[in-house]
Amino acid sequence: MPTASAFLYDRLIDVYADCVTEDVQKKTPLYDEHVKRGAKMMPFAGWLMPVQYTSIVEEHQAVRKNVGMFDISHMGQLIVEGADARSWLNTMLTNNIDKLEVGQGQYTFLLNDRAGIIDDLIAYRIGDKKFLLVVNASCTDQDLDWLNKHRRGDVKIDNRSTNFGGVAIQGPRVAELFVNLPPRNHLVDLEIDGMPISMARTGYTGEDGVEVFFRASDAAKFWNVVLEKGKDLGIKPCGLGARDTLRLEMCYPLNGSDLSPERNPIEAGLGFFVDLAKPDFIGRDVLLKTKESGPREKLVAFKMNDKGPPPRPHYPVFENDKRIGEVTSGTQSPSLNWGVGMAYINASHAKIGNRIEIEIRGQKFPATIEKKPLYKKS
Amino acid sequence: MNVPDDLLYTESHEWIKREGDKIRVGITDHAQSELTDVVFVELPKMDRQANAKEAIAVVESVKAASDIYAPVKATVVEVNKALEADPGLINREPFGQGWIFVLKIDNADDLKNLKDAAAYKKQISG
Repeated sequence: MPTASAFLYDRLIDVYADCVTEDVQKKTPLYDEHVKRGAKMMPFAGWLMPVQYTSIVEEHQAVRKNVGMFDISHMGQLIVEGADARSWLNTMLTNNIDKLEVGQGQYTFLLNDRAGIIDDLIAYRIGDKKFLLVVNASCTDQDLDWLNKHRRGDVKIDNRSTNFGGVAIQGPRVAELFVNLPPRNHLVDLEIDGMPISMARTGYTGEDGVEVFFRASDAAKFWNVVLEKGKDLGIKPCGLGARDTLRLEMCYPLNGSDLSPERNPIEAGLGFFVDLAKPDFIGRDVLLKTKESGPREKLVAFKMNDKGPPPRPHYPVFENDKRIGEVTSGTQSPSLNWGVGMAYINASHAKIGNRIEIEIRGQKFPATIEKKPLYKKS
Repeated sequence: MNVPDDLLYTESHEWIKREGDKIRVGITDHAQSELTDVVFVELPKMDRQANAKEAIAVVESVKAASDIYAPVKATVVEVNKALEADPGLINREPFGQGWIFVLKIDNADDLKNLKDAAAYKKQISG
C-alpha cells in the first residue's frame, strides 16, 4: 500500500506545521501518477502531495536549466461573476482589478479588517463580468467564507476547485514545449490532444513557465502527454520540496510561513501589489497608517556568512545579542549551495548589508541582509 | 533497500556495528533515501557521555533537520570529520564512509535491546 513516508513526515511536520491538517487527506486527480513514479507523498494543506520524486536538488536544477512539472491541483479555483463582480472585487482585493483586460491576471491580496493577509492569489479576468481567483489550497474555505460574508450586489461566487486539475510547467525550455504561449500574466483557452485547457503564463519559480488547468478527468492524460513531449528537453516531475527552494531563492512568499493574518503586505515588502489610490478596499485604512508611520517589522532576505547548518523557519534572529526577529523561511539554496532565508525583523535593523545572527540549536551564526531576490539568473 | 545482515538497528533508523567494546553508528540506506540531499552534519563533541536514545548529532537535508540518537548509554570516542567537507557521503555510502560516530559502550548487554536485520526490514516494509 502506498503510504505517506512516515520518516520524512515526522521530520517535516515542523516545517509545514501551519499547513498540516488533522483531517482526512484528499487526493488530487494526479495522485496515482505520483505514486506510480515513486514520489514520496506527504500531507500538505489537507492534500496528499508529492514532496519529491528523486531528489529536491535534481528537481530544482531541472527547473533552473530545462523544465519541470508540478502538480498544483490542490490550489483552489473560485469563479466570481455578475454585473457588479468587477467593482465589488476591487473592494475585496488590494491590487487594482480595473487594470485587467479580458484574459489578463494579477497577483493580489485578500485582507482582513486589520489588513492582515488572509490569502495571496492571482485574479484573472476571464470575461467582461467574470473573474477566476486561483487561491492557496489551505485557504480556499476561509477565502470563500470571507468573500461570501461581504458579498454585495449582482455577484455570484462559485467554488470550482474539485472540477479542475492543474500543473505548473516551469523552466527556460518551456517555450519549446508549446506553441502559442500567452504573454506574461495572460490566460488563454486552448485545446491539446483533444483536451480543453486554460493556460496562464505565470509561476512560482522565477523561470519562464505556465500554469495549466484542465478537467479533473483529463489530469492523468495531460500529465503524461506533457512528460512525453518534454522527454528530449529533460523534463522532470517535481515535488513540493523543489517548489519551496525555487520560490525561496526568488523571495516569493509562502502563505502560512512568510504571510499570515498577523502580517500586512507592506511589512512583507509587497506594497507593489497594493493600490492605495483605490478609494476603498478592506484593509486600506490600516495600510495607509502603516505606510505613514512605517512598518514595525519587515520581511528581509538573508544569506549565511559561512558554510554551516542551513537556516530553518522559527529560528530566532539577533543583532548584537538583542533578539530582533524570527526566520520564516530557510533552506540550503540548491542554486547557490549556501544557507539562505527570509525573516521578519525590527524595521530599524532591516537594511541591506546589515549583519545579523541566526540562532541554530543554541549557537549563533552570522548572516547578512541581502537584496531580493537571493538568486539572480546569470 | 540494502539492510546488511551483520549490523544492528534502531527504530529511529541508525545502524550499529559492534567493534569490541565500541560501536560504529550511521544512518541506514532507508533513512538516507528518505532524507536525500544531505547538506550538513553536526557531529557530537568528543568524550560526550550520552544516554540511550539521547540526540547527539544532527543530519540536515535540503528540507529538514533530523536528530541522530545514541543507540545505548555510551561515550563518544571518534567522529567522522570527513562529513564536514562532504556530507553527501551519507547518501552515497550510508554503511561505509558515511558513518557518523564511534561510541564506547557502558554495558554490552544494552545491545540486546536493538533490532536485528530481519526486525528492521520488517519495520521499514510495514
